[in-house]
Amino acid sequence: MSTTVFAPWDDPNAKPLIRFKNVTKRFGEFVAIDDLTQDIYEREFFALLGPSGCGKTTMMRMLAGFESVSEGTIELAGQDIANVPPNQRAVNMMFQSYALFPHLSVYDNIAFGLKRDKMPKDKIDARVSEMLKLTRLEKFARRKPHQISGGQRQRVALARSLAKGPKLLLLDEPLGALDKKLRQDTQFELMDIQETTGTTFVIVTHDQEEAMTVASRVAVMDEGRIIQVATPSGIYETPNSVYVADFIGDVNIISGTAQAAKKGQYYVDWGVNQAPILATSERPFSEGQECHLAIRPEKISITKEKPEEAENAVEGKVLDIAYLGNLSTYHVELPGGQIIKAQTANTRRLSRRDITWEDSVWIRWNATAGVLLAE
Amino acid sequence: MRRFALIAVPYIWLLALFLVPFLIVFKISLSDTALAIPPYTPTLKDGFGALIQGLDFENFKFLTSDDLYYKAYLSSLKIALFSTILTLLVGYPMAYGMARAPQEWRATLMMLVILPFWTSFLIRVYAWIGILSNEGLLNQFLLSIGLISEPLTILNTNTAVYIGIVYTYLPFMILPIYAQLERMDDSLIEAAEDLGCSRLSAFWLVTVPLSKNGIIAGCFLVFIPALGEFVIPSLLGGSGTLMIGKVLFEEFFNNRDWPVASAVAVILLLILIVPIVLFQRNQQKQAEAEA
Repeated sequence: MSTTVFAPWDDPNAKPLIRFKNVTKRFGEFVAIDDLTQDIYEREFFALLGPSGCGKTTMMRMLAGFESVSEGTIELAGQDIANVPPNQRAVNMMFQSYALFPHLSVYDNIAFGLKRDKMPKDKIDARVSEMLKLTRLEKFARRKPHQISGGQRQRVALARSLAKGPKLLLLDEPLGALDKKLRQDTQFELMDIQETTGTTFVIVTHDQEEAMTVASRVAVMDEGRIIQVATPSGIYETPNSVYVADFIGDVNIISGTAQAAKKGQYYVDWGVNQAPILATSERPFSEGQECHLAIRPEKISITKEKPEEAENAVEGKVLDIAYLGNLSTYHVELPGGQIIKAQTANTRRLSRRDITWEDSVWIRWNATAGVLLAE
Repeated sequence: MRRFALIAVPYIWLLALFLVPFLIVFKISLSDTALAIPPYTPTLKDGFGALIQGLDFENFKFLTSDDLYYKAYLSSLKIALFSTILTLLVGYPMAYGMARAPQEWRATLMMLVILPFWTSFLIRVYAWIGILSNEGLLNQFLLSIGLISEPLTILNTNTAVYIGIVYTYLPFMILPIYAQLERMDDSLIEAAEDLGCSRLSAFWLVTVPLSKNGIIAGCFLVFIPALGEFVIPSLLGGSGTLMIGKVLFEEFFNNRDWPVASAVAVILLLILIVPIVLFQRNQQKQAEAEA
């Protein structure tokens, strides 16, 4: 069976559902969103990821209609939505605090939006039942929000925001209030629901793992700008800047100057008395240009003996071992004082592990293991 | 034993300061008036047996014979009810404004609401005489800006009584409503708008139901004391203002008819017990909902 990859952003003919065109948002002197242009496509699960204060929540609130746009336009399905009030947008939002109405039952919370549309009662009944079934809440329909658990409340909030069948669903840190285990289960549930309903989801989160798990594309934001938009694997494997590489997951950054080697390969001069590192790069670097090599810890292997025929190998001393159960991260101090993290999967039992503190070890990686970045 | 002692304190308090005085008043209401000190008979000096035999419900029968009392109760209920509604209409927007004000302003606004309590209630009601009388500040102001050509008669009418009650009891309405509105999550209103409510319908469907307990508490806190109010109608009201507090005072001090005055008080208490019980139940329900 062959499945086509869902990637409307690569299709030049695809029409985006949402278009941010040179959008700027100011709060007094403070620029929350700085000249931002971005397309989001139908059926996409789009994650806005960034540290607090990066403007991701402002972007979401502009989509919902709670914040106006200072400059530029936002289009929803081809129409400028600047003057459409929140209650007339085909956009619904799931709030971080869930914002469930405490005086209404689960049923009435979900039916709230439908009743505003003057829908006939039997249709409301059918739609609410459908939503209750989707979120597995049938048993709790008559309960009040304070009589159910946090995870159930989260599902009520989701059901309520989906009930009106919005073109776009906004989720503001939807899983922030749940504990880790429940959060992981809910992430997959969220993806299932997104797939079943076919609604476009935009999620705001500061949890990179969450963004990577659920999203079809992730936008990494900082100071009101989108730094990079790519699929989760794209963001992780080919970050476009040190900021993105550092923000997503764990990374080693080795700074130095570039020297051309073979075609598409460069030597990185990075330390006195150290052999230059060989790295491949699709983007060209000029001779002597400052560059940063980003390598993920799991792409560096660690051995006690000097490896033969390694493209890059450096000797160092084990400073620290972080044992995570399934993985171990070794902090290796190089002669120049730099610390490189190398990660190995613990496929053997701990008692048979042969590398320990203060051991002299070799770390090695391939030329293709890292990404060479200019900034 | 210690637990029993702890519970006993409030009960002894209630017994000594509420139940015993009430029983004394009730006993007087069953007595006959007399030219003596105290001005009723029988008393304990006549012996217990004679005292029991001397009691009857004659004063209560008397209350039904004269429609003055019936009209006074009814008029008190009417005035208390309307002034409660007026206080709600004035107090709710104020509480709403306070809850919506910037955080750093709220303590100051709260202070302003409580500030009048620092002056004697009596003095403040007297001040209203100065404002409302024919030569008062209000009339002089309205005359000077040419809005009216001759002074309005407000003092010594029911209007003045309403103004007085609304003014005096306003903080009791504002504070419980403010307490409810202040802790309401703003995102609830946004959620309502997001789901298709206009600003106004979000107010009616979310804000008002969520401040319901505050509204009920405020209404009872105004209605209960307003029903038995004496100072405001006697200072601001006119001869046409009929309120049971005033009748009670006249029976007691002018006619020196302690038994009839006591009977009036007992009936007033019976009327008040209904809203007091309802109020207690509301408070209890609220406490349970929050637990």
